[in-house]
Amino acid sequence: MQEFLESFLPAGPLVVLVFSIIPLGVILVYALFAIWLERKVAGHIQDRLGPMETGGWHGWSQTLADLLKMIQKEDLVPARADRFLFKMAPFIAFAASYGAFVAIPLSSGYIGSMIDIGVLYIVAITSLLSVSIIMAGWASNNKWSLLGAMRTAAQTVSYEIPTVVTILSVIVVTGSLNLMHISEMQSGNSFLGFLPNWLIFHSPFMVIAFVLFFIASLAEAHRVPFDLPESESELVGGYQTEYSGMRWGLFMLTEYADMLLLSLVGATLFFGGWNSPFGSFMDGPLWGAFWMLSKGMVLVFVMMWLRWTLPRLRVDQLMNLCWKYLIPATFVNLIFIALWEMIF
Amino acid sequence: MKNPEITLEPPVDAGDGLVAQQMVVNMGPQHPSTHGVLRVELTLDGEVVVKAVPHIGYLHRCFEKHCEQMNDYTKVVPYVDRMDYVAAMNNELGFAIAMERLMGIEVNDRVEYIRVIMAELQRIASHLLAVGTFGLDIGAFTPFLYCFIEREKILDIFEKASGARLLYNYIWIGGLMNDVPDDFRSDTADFVKSFRPKITELNDLLTENKIFVERTANVGVLPAKVALNYAASGPMLRGSGVKWDLRRDDPYSIYDRFEFDIPVGTGEKGTLGDCWDRYIVRVREMEESLRIIEQALDGMPDEGDVQEAIPKKIRPPAGEIYCRTETPRGELGFYIISDKSTSPYRVKARAPSFVNLALLPAISIGSMVADMVAIIGSIDIVLGEVDR
Amino acid sequence: MKNPNELHQNPNELHQNPNELHKNPNELHKNPNELHKNPNELHQLLSERFGEEHFEFHQDEKAEPWIVVSAGILKDVAKYLRDEPGLEFDTLMCLSGVHYHKEEQLGVTYHLDSTSMKHKLILKVLMPQEDARLPSVEQIWKAADWHEREAYDMFGIRFEGHPDHRRILCPDDWEGYPLRKDYQVQPYYQGMKVEY
Repeated sequence: MQEFLESFLPAGPLVVLVFSIIPLGVILVYALFAIWLERKVAGHIQDRLGPMETGGWHGWSQTLADLLKMIQKEDLVPARADRFLFKMAPFIAFAASYGAFVAIPLSSGYIGSMIDIGVLYIVAITSLLSVSIIMAGWASNNKWSLLGAMRTAAQTVSYEIPTVVTILSVIVVTGSLNLMHISEMQSGNSFLGFLPNWLIFHSPFMVIAFVLFFIASLAEAHRVPFDLPESESELVGGYQTEYSGMRWGLFMLTEYADMLLLSLVGATLFFGGWNSPFGSFMDGPLWGAFWMLSKGMVLVFVMMWLRWTLPRLRVDQLMNLCWKYLIPATFVNLIFIALWEMIF
Repeated sequence: MKNPEITLEPPVDAGDGLVAQQMVVNMGPQHPSTHGVLRVELTLDGEVVVKAVPHIGYLHRCFEKHCEQMNDYTKVVPYVDRMDYVAAMNNELGFAIAMERLMGIEVNDRVEYIRVIMAELQRIASHLLAVGTFGLDIGAFTPFLYCFIEREKILDIFEKASGARLLYNYIWIGGLMNDVPDDFRSDTADFVKSFRPKITELNDLLTENKIFVERTANVGVLPAKVALNYAASGPMLRGSGVKWDLRRDDPYSIYDRFEFDIPVGTGEKGTLGDCWDRYIVRVREMEESLRIIEQALDGMPDEGDVQEAIPKKIRPPAGEIYCRTETPRGELGFYIISDKSTSPYRVKARAPSFVNLALLPAISIGSMVADMVAIIGSIDIVLGEVDR
Repeated sequence: MKNPNELHQNPNELHQNPNELHKNPNELHKNPNELHKNPNELHQLLSERFGEEHFEFHQDEKAEPWIVVSAGILKDVAKYLRDEPGLEFDTLMCLSGVHYHKEEQLGVTYHLDSTSMKHKLILKVLMPQEDARLPSVEQIWKAADWHEREAYDMFGIRFEGHPDHRRILCPDDWEGYPLRKDYQVQPYYQGMKVEY
């Protein structure tokens, strides 16, 4: 990819800039689409239509209109807030999730950086998100925001453990932390001849690992039933309460980017990443990007589906679920996967 | 008199040079889950509620003063509507019955049957709202809209009869505003038929949902004796296992002609008298209301002038009356003192939400902020009625 | 600072032992109807217990009969009515303040109800307009808490012994008692014109 860019652009900072801006484009277009989709999904689940007017066909430009509105809104800072932290927090939040896209292989021809500790890097940098949320909650000088921030801190720290352990159980199989290598490993068809060689079909325990990973990633992305940081019916808006305009929009963008990020990681670790489900049919760098994003979108859709179906857990129940069920389950599963690897 | 000073426990040294202290949070008057303009002053220890003080009165519209200043009793009826605006029919019925008892008016059977059908439909509509918003408080958005779809159908029936969808002014002292339209009977029967499966759907989606049960069972436990001492009524009291329903225990209108059960909480998911019990009582009451409506549709006479008993000038004899009826929220009492003039000397509305809300501090201590939301939702308050 | 777990147990302690209290919701209705007493009998019972001079029995054709109690013994009467086996007025349905303008008196009407015995009773207490005070029954029926605050708010009746005696519907710094018949609206409230 970088070579391709260098073929018509002068080498140097410009190439790097264009190169690094590609995920941003993906995220922005995706976010516009995903927010519209979320409304449509919510609408249809709730026996109504969702946005229908803006832009003509099924309200396709509703999010664009909302974006325009948000840009025009006044950028309010509460009187006794910590102005610097308050203004910085949304940017750090978005930087955290954007930074993580570096290690995601969007297709066989594109990965931001071939770092060998890719997964570890993603886990590490997404932790910055909770820092930014705590910043936002603290700097808002609002007790509801503070409660939301405290919940986030507890939730993110707790749920990182099952996430990391399920990822570890994949690493046990692949022996690599580089997501590009993990994707390459999953190309072709498996021994059954028709099943793709994806890690989820590797062993029954991998299915369990995926379910555990998905639950933990819901909590990491603060989605229902784990959306306690912003639970609107209890904490008004959680850490977002005092934000308005584009700064609030950035938090929104981060939330959706995070959903995509975790879905892409899930797709790479369990569903073959950019590999085509039909072996070598419809394969190649561009098809790769298509498959990768489609797999991600399917998982994002499941997240939306859950959001409009389930109620929300309480803080102590959230912690119970994590420490009493998820973490032991992930560790037991890790042992079984390791045994499976030893035997077969 | 001034607000009492807020007293917090002194700060505690939490080690490492950190100091922990309780915190006071204002829940409301603008809060998504206080169902209006209720303000609850919460003293929190972390997320645990140490003290809760409700402040009401933001929606006070001087109902009682207005009643005294009206020069006509009929003008009070629209004001009654606006007390409990999600169950206006039941309020009208309560006031009409109180006035009829005071004046000794008998209404004919057709009026009685229409009133009962309207009141029970309104009970279903109100419970749908209560159940839906309760789910919303817990975080389940979708059941709320499913409930609203069904509620719309009831409001359509009301609109055909009275022309209004929320505040009907339909049940008058001594009769009705006008007769029901010709297709009232078939509309209502259709609704009853289509609504039964929807309750099953609601149960599948919400009632038996594991997360929902976790969030509501064992939360806000209200023992029967406490409930009685606080004079709680309606689903609040029945959720605690007390079989007390004014339709059966102090019958008014023609409720003694119908066969229906009184669902009570049994503590099947947790402790008797928890939020889930109060919730399930409402769901089961909807089914009982359907039964009453069916019987009433069968028994409703086709003939009868709905306005024949309406007095030309309402001038009740001097005296006083306390008349109570069962609204979806509980016991609605009207204490009316007449001095033989055309306007009441004193009207006191004993609003069920007002009395039930007073229980909030007693059952919320020790719960978490998220539970507060569940508890307020399970009390099912309408601030218009609390503040009057 | 208390351990959150401790606090969580608290609601049970508050209401003593819930299991004990829950035992008898069905027993509540066991009592046969003949046990229930009419106001006349109740008046006699009360007169025997507290002395005839404290009670005044009212009955006319239209309204339900009521008993006027002298304010001094109100609390004892209330306690007796609630706790005496056979009376068991466990619920205070309604408490209303009334202003009897002609008599220059304020009154409070108590509507009592017994869910177990199925009888009702109306008590009234009258007091002079200038010095309207009477004992609070909040300790006997918790339901009286907000009702008494409302009566204070609207009529200026002081309930002695009420733990949280302040206005409830009107703002804390409102002047006057709106439901008194001679009430005049204050012209300005915090600089805002009240009459529109």
